[in-house]
Amino acid sequence: MDYSIKIGGEAGQGIQTIGDALGRVFTRSGYYVFSHQDYESRIRGGHNFYQIRLSDQPLAASKNKIDILVALDQESITSHEHELTSNGRIIYDASTLKFKNEGPVFLEIAFEKLALEQGGDKIMANMVATGAVLGMLGMGLDIFLELITDTFKNKGDQIVLANKNAAQAGYQYARQHCDKCTFAVATDEIKQRMLIGGIESIALGALASGCKFYSAYPMTPSTGIMNYLASKEDEYGVIVEQAEDEIAAINMALGASYAGVRAMTGTSGGGFALMVEGLSLAGMTETPIVIAMGQRPGPATGFPTRTEQGDLEFLLSAGHGEFPRVIFTPGTPHQAFYLTNKAFDIAEKYQIPVFILFDTYLADSQWTFDSFDLSQLRYRDYRLRGDAFKVQHDYKRYAFTDSGISPLAVPGDASHVVVVDSDEHDEEGHIVEDAATRIRMVGKRLFKKLPLIKSEIAPPDLYGDHEARIVLTGWGSTYGVMKEVVDELAKSMSIAMLHFSEVYPLPDFTHFDYVAFLQKAKLPLCIEHNATGQFSRILRAETGFIFKARIHKYDGRPFTVEELIGEVHGHLGNV
Amino acid sequence: MVTLETYRGQIPAWCPGCGNFAILKAFKDMLVELQLEPHQITVVSGIGQAAKLPHYTRCNTFNGLHGRALPVATGIRLANHAMPVIVTTGDGDCYGEGGNHLMAAIRRNINVKLFVHNNQIYGLTKGQPSPTTSEGTKAKNVPFGVISEQFNPMALAVALDCGFAARAFAADTEHLKSLMKAAMNHKGFALIDILQPCVTFNKVNTYEWYRERVYHLEPEYNPEDRMAAFSKSLEWGDRIPIGVIYRNTRPAFEERVPMIAAGPLVYQGFDPSRIEETLKEFY
Repeated sequence: MDYSIKIGGEAGQGIQTIGDALGRVFTRSGYYVFSHQDYESRIRGGHNFYQIRLSDQPLAASKNKIDILVALDQESITSHEHELTSNGRIIYDASTLKFKNEGPVFLEIAFEKLALEQGGDKIMANMVATGAVLGMLGMGLDIFLELITDTFKNKGDQIVLANKNAAQAGYQYARQHCDKCTFAVATDEIKQRMLIGGIESIALGALASGCKFYSAYPMTPSTGIMNYLASKEDEYGVIVEQAEDEIAAINMALGASYAGVRAMTGTSGGGFALMVEGLSLAGMTETPIVIAMGQRPGPATGFPTRTEQGDLEFLLSAGHGEFPRVIFTPGTPHQAFYLTNKAFDIAEKYQIPVFILFDTYLADSQWTFDSFDLSQLRYRDYRLRGDAFKVQHDYKRYAFTDSGISPLAVPGDASHVVVVDSDEHDEEGHIVEDAATRIRMVGKRLFKKLPLIKSEIAPPDLYGDHEARIVLTGWGSTYGVMKEVVDELAKSMSIAMLHFSEVYPLPDFTHFDYVAFLQKAKLPLCIEHNATGQFSRILRAETGFIFKARIHKYDGRPFTVEELIGEVHGHLGNV
Repeated sequence: MVTLETYRGQIPAWCPGCGNFAILKAFKDMLVELQLEPHQITVVSGIGQAAKLPHYTRCNTFNGLHGRALPVATGIRLANHAMPVIVTTGDGDCYGEGGNHLMAAIRRNINVKLFVHNNQIYGLTKGQPSPTTSEGTKAKNVPFGVISEQFNPMALAVALDCGFAARAFAADTEHLKSLMKAAMNHKGFALIDILQPCVTFNKVNTYEWYRERVYHLEPEYNPEDRMAAFSKSLEWGDRIPIGVIYRNTRPAFEERVPMIAAGPLVYQGFDPSRIEETLKEFY
C-alpha cells in the first residue's frame, strides 16, 4: 500500500491545514508518512502544493505519481492532472474554482457549501476536504474527530462540534459519491509513532542540549527554528531575541556564550554572508557557537522558498583566517535532532563554531519515526564555573595546554578576570604583536585541536549492498530519495548508498575506508542539489578520489524517486 | 578594598597627550569610587583606539569586531544581567560601522553603559573623517572636504527616547567621572558622548578649541523635558553644552524579559529529561 495525496492551491487557502491534518491522522492510524511542500515567496495567491505519501512501510521521499489531488484552485488541476495514477481522482469545489471540470477522474464536492450548512462557517471548508479524503481512502473518521477535539478544545465545545460536523459532511459525501474510488486503507493495528519535520527537529535538538540563547534575523528556511524555540521560551528558560540584523545575531550569541550559556544562531545564505566576520571572531576568541544554516537557491535572493545544496563550499571557506570548524549535514529529521545535540557538545568541548547545514527541503519535509531514543543524547557542561572556578589559583583564558583546549570560564564566578580578544593575544587574552606567541597560538587553537575534532566525526552511512557495483553518494537532504532509489533498484542490480551527515572535517578511515569502497565500485555516482558538485570537489581535494559520474539538480525542486531512478538509469551504460 | 592599583593594566599604546588617557583615568576613578572589583564588571569593545581601553585596566573583557560591541554586550546582559556591562568605543566604531546596533540598543533600552570616545576623526587608520567630523574638513582621502553633515549623537538619542544621554569633555575629568557614575547608576541604557582631542590627526578640534566652547549645563536645566532636551542637543558651535542632556525612567529591557525575572540565565539549571514531554507533541 503506497498512496500519494497532493493538496494544491493559492497561498492562504489552507493547504497547510489540510496537509498537516492528513499527516497527523495517517500517522495516528498506524501508517508511515512522508510529506513535502512547494510554495512561492508570497503571502497570498500564487500556486503552492503540499504532497503527502502514506504507506505501511517506512518512507523517505516523494513520488511523481499522485492518487488523490485536492484542488483548491484551477491551476492545481492544469499543473498536476497529468501526475494522477490510472485510478487517481481529483476533488474540487466548482463554486470556488468558478469552473466545472468534466471527466471520470473528477469528483465535485461543495467544500464551502457543506462547511456553511454543517459547520456554520465556510472557513471550515478545509475540514470538509480533509474528511472527504479520508472517506475516499476508505479509512475511519474517529481519529480525525479526536484530532479536531485536540486542536480546537481551547476554543470551546461549540467550535469543536462545528468542525466535527464539517469533517463528517465531507467524509459522508465522499463515501456516497466516490463510487469509483478503489483505495483501500484499512485502519490496522495502531502503533504510536512520531510525525516530525526537519526544522522542529533542529529546534528540539537545541532544547535537548541546554541551549539557553538564540538570536536570529528572520530568513527562510531558518525562521521556523526561531518560532519553535520562542514557543518554548518560558518552559525551557531560553531567550530568543530577534536581532536588528544577522551581524548582530551572531555577535549577540557570541556575547551570551562568553557570559556562560549555550548559544545558537540560525540563518540562510544571504544572512550568513553577513555573519561571516562574526564566524571568524568565534574562531579567534575560541567562543563556542552553533549555527544553523538553511540553504536555498542563490546567488543573492535566488529562489527564496525553494531548495538547494549550494552553500557547502561557502561554509567551508567562510571567515577570514584559519581556524577549525565542524559542518554537519543531516539527511533526516532524526539525524537533525541528534546532530544538533552533537553540535552543541562539540562546539563547547573544543570551543569552536559548529554548523548544522540543512536546506528548505529538509526543513519542510515531515517524516514518521517510531521514536527518538533520548538515551543517545549527550549533555556535559564543559565550562569552568562556580566553585570549580573559585578554587583556581590562577586563570588564563588562553592557557597553553597539551590538548590546545584552554579552560572556558564563566566571567564573574571567581575573582579572576576572563579576557578574550579578536586581536592575536597572549595566554591572558591581551593584544600581542610578537611572532613567537602567534606561532604558539595558531598551534594551540588550530593544529592541536584538529586531530581531536576529527576523531569525533562519524563515518558515512552505508546502506544497501556492501559489495555494490553502483554507489549513490550524497550528503544532507538527498538521504531519503537515495535510500528509496536503492531499495527500488536493488531488486535488479548491485547498488548502495553512501551518505555523509558529518561532512566536515571529512571522517577518517579508521572505522570505514569509504574511499576504498568507492574505488571498488564500477559506477560511483555523486548526487547533489547544486550545479557544480561541491561535495565531489571537496572529496577530490582531500582524498584524490574522482567520481565517475555526477548527477546535479538545481531547479530549486527536490528529486522525486522516479526522477532519480531515471537519472541513475541514464548512467548505467557506463558500468 | 578596591584602589587605583587594583585597576592597573598594560601600558597604553596611545600617542602621548591623547585624550584617551584622561578618559581612562576617569574610568578607573569611577570604578574605585563605586568599589567594583575587576571581575565584577565586563567591558566590551570593538576596534579603534578607544577599544583598547579594557587592556589598559583590569576587567572581564570581550574585545571583538569593529562596530559590533553593542550586540555582544546585549548578549552578555541577557545571559547574565547581574553583571554590569560597559562598552568603550569610538565615533567610527559606534556611530559609523555600528550605527544600526546603536539605534537598536537605544530602542531596547538594554542596561549597557556606552562610553563613546568621540575624537571626530579616525585615528587607528590615520586620519580619515568619521561621522562626527565637521563638514568641510579636508583629509587625505577627501581632498575637497567632507560633504556629509556631521552626525549628532545627542539629537539621535533624544529622538529615540534614550534612557540616559550625556556629553562630556575628556579634559574635564572630574565632571566626566561624575557622569560615568551617574550612567552606571542609571537603570537602563546610558550613552556618554565624550569629546576627546586627537593630538595627532585632528588639528581642528584641539584641547583649546573645546575649552573655549564647552560649558556645564545650568543647574536649572531639566534633562527630563524631552522637547527642551532636543533643543539643547542641537547646540553646537560657539557653545557646546556638557552634562546630562536627556534622561527618562523607561524600564530596562532585562526587567521585561520574563525568563530572567527569577535570576540570571547563566545561573538557571538545565533538566534534559524535560524533552521527553515535549516530544509527545509530535505523536
